[in-house]
Amino acid sequence: MYDIIIIGAGPAGLTAALYARRAMKKVLVLEALSYGGQIINTLEIENYPVAPHISGFDFATNLYNQVKELETEIKFERVTEINNSLNIKVVKTTENTYEGKTLIIATGNENRKLGLDRETELVGRGLSYCATCDGAFFKNKNVAVVGGGNTAIEDAIYLSNLANIVYLIHRRDTFRAEETLVKTIKEKDNVEFIYNANVSKLNGEEKLQSIEITTNDGKTKTLEVSGLFIAVGRIPENENFKNLIKLDDMGYVLADENCHTNIEGIFVAGDVRHKDLRQLVTATSDGAVAANEAIKYLNSNKI
Amino acid sequence: MIKEIEEKDFDEVVLKSKTPVLVDFYANWCSPCKMLRPILEELASERGNDKIVSINVDEAEDLASKYGIISIPCLILFKDGVETSRSVGLKSKSDIEGMLN
Repeated sequence: MYDIIIIGAGPAGLTAALYARRAMKKVLVLEALSYGGQIINTLEIENYPVAPHISGFDFATNLYNQVKELETEIKFERVTEINNSLNIKVVKTTENTYEGKTLIIATGNENRKLGLDRETELVGRGLSYCATCDGAFFKNKNVAVVGGGNTAIEDAIYLSNLANIVYLIHRRDTFRAEETLVKTIKEKDNVEFIYNANVSKLNGEEKLQSIEITTNDGKTKTLEVSGLFIAVGRIPENENFKNLIKLDDMGYVLADENCHTNIEGIFVAGDVRHKDLRQLVTATSDGAVAANEAIKYLNSNKI
Repeated sequence: MIKEIEEKDFDEVVLKSKTPVLVDFYANWCSPCKMLRPILEELASERGNDKIVSINVDEAEDLASKYGIISIPCLILFKDGVETSRSVGLKSKSDIEGMLN
C-alpha cells in the first residue's frame, strides 16, 4: 500500500513526488511513456523564474534526477483504470494493480488531432505535432502549419527560419494568438496565409507529399508540402477517470487552487486541472500544492 | 545497468549470443535516447541485464552504416545473429515488451 500514487511524470507529477518524498511518504509514480511530459518539446524555456534559457529537455531531466535521488519509485506503465473502493485508491495498469491511500492525477493533456484518414500513420513521415522537435528535417522544403493560436504561430515562425515556404492554414480569418506573435509572423516574407480553410486530405504513400485544403466556400486546392505541422490545441488526458471524477465542459478536472477533486483523497495537478493559465510554473506549483494536500490528508489520520 | 559495448565487441556479444539481444543504438546528443534509457533499465532489471546492450553510434559508424541507422533512438532485436525487429523513436515500455515477446 502506497501513501501517494502519482499518475504522470511531467513537471506537475514529478514536483508532487519531490514534495511527497521529502515528507517521507511512500510514493509510486506511474508514467505511460517516459519522464518529462510535454515540456520536453520546448526548445528553450524563457519564462521560468531563475532559469532563463534552459531547454525543456534539460529541465525535465534535472527534475527527474532530483526525484530519483530521493529514491522515488517510478514505473513506466500505462494506467488503464482508477477506482475508489472503501477509501482505497486502486490503480490498474497494463501490467499490475496498485493500491494507494491517496492519488494525485497529473496526466496532462495531449495533442488534438485533425481526425483525417491516415493521420496517425503519417506521424514521423511528414506529419508532426511538434515543430521544434521535427522542424529541422524540413530545411528548404515546403511545409504547412494548421491552427490559429499561440502554438500554431510560434511553430510557423520557427519553421519560417528553416523551410522554403510555410503555408499557415487557419479556419477563421483572425488569429487567437498574442498580438506580438501575429506581428512577427506577418513580417516574414516566406509565410503564405490561407484563411477560412481546413485540411481535408493527406496525400502520399510512404511519406506525406501534398495536402488538400477546403475553403469555407467549398473550394478545394492541393498544396505540395513535405511537412504538415498540426497545432489545433490540446485535449486533457482523462480517459481512465472521466466516470469517477468531476470534469468541466472541456474535460479538465474540476478543482480549485488547493487541487482537491470531488473525491476525498484524490488530488489533481498540472495541465489536466481546470485553470486559466497552463504553464510550467503553474504545473510545478500545482504539484507542490497537491502533494501538500495529500500529506495533510494522510497525517490527519482519516486513513 | 545496461551494458555499453563497443563496435569491436558486437560480433561476440550480439551476433554470437545464444539468446536474443536487444541493441539500443543511441548518441549522447539525442534527447529521446536519454528518455528511453530509464525504460530500458526497468526492462533490463526485470528480464536480465544480458538481454539489452547499448552502442554509441558516434563511436560505431561502420556498424550504424551497416544496419542503415539514420534515426535514433533505434532499437534492434537480434536473434541468432539476424535482425528480427526494429523500432525507431521513443517508445513505451509495453511497445518494447511487445517487440521482445
